[in-house]
Amino acid sequence: MFELLGIPPQALFGQLLLGLINGAFYAMLSLGLAVIFGMLNVINFTHGAQYMMGAFAAWLLLGILDVPFWASLVIAPIIVGLFGIVLEKLLLKRIYHLDHLYGFLLTFGLALVIEGLFQWKWGSSGAPYPNPIPGGFNLGFMFLPTYRGFVVLAALVICLATWYGIERTKLGAYLRAATENPTLVRAFGINVPRLITLTYGLGVGLAALAGVLAAPIQQVSALMGVNLVLVVFAVVVIGGMGSIMGSIVTGFGLGLIEGLTKVFYPPASNTVIFVVMALVLLIKPAGLFGQTK
Amino acid sequence: MAETLLKVAGLQAWYGESHILHGVDFEIRRGELVTLLGRNGAGKTTTLRSIMGILGKRTGSIAFEGRETTGMTSDHIARLGIAYCPEERGIFSSLNVDENLRLPPVVKPGGLSIEEIYKLFPNLLERRYSQGTKLSGGEQQMLAIGRILRTGATLLLLDEPTEGLAPVIVQRIGEIIRQLKSRGFTILLVEQNFHFAATVADRHYVMEDGRVIDTVASSDVQQSIGKLQSYLGV
Amino acid sequence: MNATRIGYAVLIVLALVAPLFAYPVFLMKALCFALFACAFNLLLGYAGLMSFGHAMFFGMAGYFYGHVVKAWDLAPEAGLLAGVGGAALLGLVTGALAIRRQGIYFAMITLAFAQMVFFFCVQAPFTGGEDGLQGIPRKALLGGLIPTKDDRVLYYVVLAIFLFGYAAIYRFIHSPFGQVLKAIRDNEQRAQSLGYEADRYKLLAFVLSAALAGLAGATKAMVQQFATLTDVAASTSGEVVLMALVGGLGTIIGPVVGAFIIVTMQNYLAFTGEFVLVIQGAIFVVIVLAFRKGVVGEFAEWWKRRQAR
Repeated sequence: MFELLGIPPQALFGQLLLGLINGAFYAMLSLGLAVIFGMLNVINFTHGAQYMMGAFAAWLLLGILDVPFWASLVIAPIIVGLFGIVLEKLLLKRIYHLDHLYGFLLTFGLALVIEGLFQWKWGSSGAPYPNPIPGGFNLGFMFLPTYRGFVVLAALVICLATWYGIERTKLGAYLRAATENPTLVRAFGINVPRLITLTYGLGVGLAALAGVLAAPIQQVSALMGVNLVLVVFAVVVIGGMGSIMGSIVTGFGLGLIEGLTKVFYPPASNTVIFVVMALVLLIKPAGLFGQTK
Repeated sequence: MAETLLKVAGLQAWYGESHILHGVDFEIRRGELVTLLGRNGAGKTTTLRSIMGILGKRTGSIAFEGRETTGMTSDHIARLGIAYCPEERGIFSSLNVDENLRLPPVVKPGGLSIEEIYKLFPNLLERRYSQGTKLSGGEQQMLAIGRILRTGATLLLLDEPTEGLAPVIVQRIGEIIRQLKSRGFTILLVEQNFHFAATVADRHYVMEDGRVIDTVASSDVQQSIGKLQSYLGV
Repeated sequence: MNATRIGYAVLIVLALVAPLFAYPVFLMKALCFALFACAFNLLLGYAGLMSFGHAMFFGMAGYFYGHVVKAWDLAPEAGLLAGVGGAALLGLVTGALAIRRQGIYFAMITLAFAQMVFFFCVQAPFTGGEDGLQGIPRKALLGGLIPTKDDRVLYYVVLAIFLFGYAAIYRFIHSPFGQVLKAIRDNEQRAQSLGYEADRYKLLAFVLSAALAGLAGATKAMVQQFATLTDVAASTSGEVVLMALVGGLGTIIGPVVGAFIIVTMQNYLAFTGEFVLVIQGAIFVVIVLAFRKGVVGEFAEWWKRRQAR
């Protein structure tokens, strides 16, 4: 067995894998946040709660209707996405003309309501979700649990598919154009309010999908998204919200940095992302991939 | 004589609190090319934006093919067959030339095909994968016009297509506009460049302080030149 | 103007006799949150900066107070000073970074820094982690002149601290400095072009707001004799936003009203457990959608309309 800087390779690669998994969730969540912000001008504070709802939806589908994980991977995001659409139609659309702060406050309030209700109904201690692909591979330098490898791959595919959808398809062109100049896009005959609703539904669905993927790794609990969304805010500040690829790279990169910190200086692992944020604010205030202002 | 395509009557419009249009009346028949002339601030752009339904508050009547549109949202109006080319051109920087060109959805049959548009604007074909806002001003203007030809719209609203462009390009745009007219498009053109307008239009409406104050047929332009110059302050 | 003066006089009389009708500990807690909310509102209402991380100043000041008074065994005045000074210093560092971005990013950055402070507090030895700092002794103030064991006596001390903080904010807003700050809030570029360095003004407002939030937090630790993670948590940052919002952003008395409403509500709804959060969230939603001016703002509007008739 060789050692790297006094760290056994098992521990090093194990933490790197954990970092990669966390990074996968940061990437998926910051992506949705950026897409929603582009169209709605709202920082969706409810994102963490919607991630939690995705995990819960999968857990309830399994517990009540015996729906397997693979089906939940599709059904749960649709359910939560539809819930997002209802929220947008009923509440969010009333505040687009106001300062961004009100969107932030409104979605913060919604997050409190949603998380509070789940906590009230199911308590705050978590429930386990069975691992859909148990087992793993011995890679020689480390043991790779199959499901964890799958999560990283799935997240990569989801992120790239989102990138493709936005940068290379017709619907994506509508989205990009409407982010720039919604009035003109509407004057071309496109129903922009419907596009906005759809975008919110997709962004929320993306958060829920991340939640479903997280369910077998983490405990399914009402508060699983509370701290996560705060970290994702820092990720978004670091990356800037202008670039889809930027969000993906920043998300995975910060997960890895967090993993490395866990190896070399564990007490700082919770705070390292915020330290990175402070450094980025010092050096490049607009964010790594952000345009100035 | 062709039927009336667009009839605007007693149109009033507001930007927030400020009252811009105070009762605009004019009409366009199918196949005509009509200009709105007038000084800065006379209400020409506001008239186009009102027809397109972009402004929040407007009263009076705007009838397109006999249908009242003042109660409609702008996407609905566009789907009736009206297309808008704004003064600032509105090229999307996050879309390339081709995507910009294909963005407006087809609302009716009878529009130009992508190939026909590229034939009309060969420059755009060469630069089809460039970022939309990386084009020169003239190319951006051609893109802005080309973009609305695909949709099948019968009425084109063009807001100062020659603004800030070199004489050669103004001439080229003049040719294109005449070509569009010959293809049967009905065009409402807002212009400050009266000399340009005189070469392409059938009729001119002169606007001042949010009203149409005079009409001059193209055939009468020579006789009315002094009057027009005093209207436009040139 | 006269009506305002009479209003203030009535409020002060009410504050003086309040312990006859309500529990002093409840009143003191409400006053601490009222000062906290005023400090927050100074930043949002008059500098246009929404901090979503103000709990870091409030909560850290509580820890500073507790550490100085308990572990170092110094006088409560030293604890209060440490709370204010520590919060101001923290405000200087985080504020200098946060004002590099504007609008909604500013809110996210302050929130993120507060979360960093929270994680720090979970691990740092001097905060007592999950248990918090318990049993901070109540010592007499002014070298023994004012005994604080009696809640009713302490109430007047807290009232004095609150009034001091409130007066400081009032003076600040009505000073030339406050005027410049408002000009920056309304049009930063214009203020810049007039020669005011916007960032300096914003930073000073941020530090002042942090210091006053620290005063509120340290006072709360003095009253309750403990400092816990709750006071540095994001939920507390949200609570203070809610208080200012309920009372009325940008009105000077609004946050006080809002703080009393929310603290009272928490008191009466404590039995519902987690449901308090649901109700608070619902209040956020309703206020943002329908009553953005808050209680005081809506009342002022109604009063103006009545006068106009």
